[in-house]
Amino acid sequence: MTDDPILEVRDLTQYFRINRQLTIKAVDGISFSVNEGEVFGIVGETGSGKSTVARTLMGVNRLTSGEIFFKGNKISDKDVFRQNKSDLQKNMQIIFQDSAAALNPHMTVEQIIAEPMTINKVMKSTEELDARIKETLENVELSEHYRTKYPGELSGGQRQRVAIARGIAIRPDLIIADEPIASLDISIQAQIVTLFQHLQKEHQFTFIFIAHDLSLIRFISDRTAVMLKGKIVEMAETKELFEHPLHPYTKALLSSIPVPDPDFERKKKSLEYDTSSFTGEGTFSEVSKGHFLLDG
Amino acid sequence: MDPLLQLENLSVSFTTPDGKVQAVRDVSLELNKGEILAIVGESGCGKTVMCQSVMKLLPKNAIIESGKIIADGTDITDFSEKKMRKLRGTLLSMVFQDPMTTLNPTMPIGKQITEAILKHRKVSKEEAKQRAIALLELIGIDNPVERYSLQPHFFSGGMRQRCVLAIALASEPKILFADEPTTSLDVTVQAKILDLLLDIRDKTGISIVFISHDLGVVARIADRVAVMYAGKIVEIGTAEEVFYDPRHPYTWGLMRALPSLAKEGQPLRPIPGMPPLMVNPPPGDAFAIRNEYAMKIDYELMPPLIAVSPTHSAATWLLDERAPEVTPPISLKSERAA
Repeated sequence: MTDDPILEVRDLTQYFRINRQLTIKAVDGISFSVNEGEVFGIVGETGSGKSTVARTLMGVNRLTSGEIFFKGNKISDKDVFRQNKSDLQKNMQIIFQDSAAALNPHMTVEQIIAEPMTINKVMKSTEELDARIKETLENVELSEHYRTKYPGELSGGQRQRVAIARGIAIRPDLIIADEPIASLDISIQAQIVTLFQHLQKEHQFTFIFIAHDLSLIRFISDRTAVMLKGKIVEMAETKELFEHPLHPYTKALLSSIPVPDPDFERKKKSLEYDTSSFTGEGTFSEVSKGHFLLDG
Repeated sequence: MDPLLQLENLSVSFTTPDGKVQAVRDVSLELNKGEILAIVGESGCGKTVMCQSVMKLLPKNAIIESGKIIADGTDITDFSEKKMRKLRGTLLSMVFQDPMTTLNPTMPIGKQITEAILKHRKVSKEEAKQRAIALLELIGIDNPVERYSLQPHFFSGGMRQRCVLAIALASEPKILFADEPTTSLDVTVQAKILDLLLDIRDKTGISIVFISHDLGVVARIADRVAVMYAGKIVEIGTAEEVFYDPRHPYTWGLMRALPSLAKEGQPLRPIPGMPPLMVNPPPGDAFAIRNEYAMKIDYELMPPLIAVSPTHSAATWLLDERAPEVTPPISLKSERAA
């Protein structure tokens, strides 16, 4: 892991104008950076704006204001984005939660994995493409005979592996995973998490891992940001965040994770935080080294 | 004291184009008054079907192959729909995962609760309304009088689930089936709903069968825990016994796959492979092919539930006296103490 940020986000806002009276501030002025080879976790509850961040970074939504730098290029700028479009598409990939919806049901596994590579013309020959598909299938621990299967013939865990394979086949620098295991069973979840860790170690991918499951984030990410109502309320090294949470919302969130220990759970009193009192006012600043907090 | 609900060797199967799917296989269990029994297992293990068979809400292609269901002293296995309709609400009630599909989006919340009360109790409309308001208060909704006339879309996900709970409790059932009632909710909301269920149990003495795949949630709420795999109960015991002294390799596997129980710097240990298809379940222990501790006999002969203590038993040949000594790969208590 190096300390050069591969991605830097400054004061990113994403508003959705519903009508003249109502504008939804889905993301409201957040800043963070992700270093190369790092796993950066974003946690938050429904409506906190975490998935919007992912979509804006990928260029699905046109951001309202702010700046995004990817490998030094200011991709939030329309012209820069257009110039680097093919490079960006090769180097940033996203994996969605619902692999049933994300995969085209009329394409075989092979075609799904090949598509980003053929579109971006990264492979010189069909042999090379074929070798990469083979390698990628091995990476996600699917056997060769799945090549000709359709998504409908696969189980949830297998489909998610195909979605991951599509994301990593092109060897991107940055992978954004938006709740990639939320819809899977525990034993399958563990398989996919182990797969992510393995891939990360082997290929040095940079991951942005978005989840609502705090115990998973704690397990997988190096640094973590907690989002609430479009703001990052706290951001720190994962270990620091879980051991010394500062924001009352982070504390409430941490205390609500059910722990598989009956004695502990029965004695536990969950902390409460009234999110309706959260205004988002305040300044986001570094309180100790690498530990950022929104005060107010 | 007789148990409130008793399942005796219950087997349920589905007729499908691929053959007969054995969803529930020879399940026996008891539920006592005021008890919260959690049923844990992965999708397709038969936990929902088991509850549906008690409620008689099974899909048309499902049949109860054998076994008995005894609720509150009466054998209801062969009850007709007409007889069941009387029991649903007064004796048995159910809460589902998704509150939005349970509630009628066009009808005010209060009216939906009153409807449930009037259906089962002989009370006047005014009395029913008062009772509905009291129920809204019980489930922790502020300003129940004002909110009585609001439609479900005015409520947040957590509040909707509370309203569903109010409807389920309206006719004062003795047994509540809660099928993943907190799965679609945020963790902070989930914690509140779980506390609410515990509170309602303490206040009304209702028995709850709580279905979940989340061992953390189960630890918070359950008095007793049953672990299901491939249509069978593989381990059952008090929450302490199952969490601190698990005996079945599948229970070990589930716990080792949890990120929250992983020690720092150590990888998760996923259970290899997939659950078997229940059209032709393998002979012997259905978990054997995924089980690193499997012995030869596991592939041939189905292990019975072998008692560990009067309240705790597990279906694994490892508990047989002829089996080699195996140290469980996970032990919560020793980790906490260390």
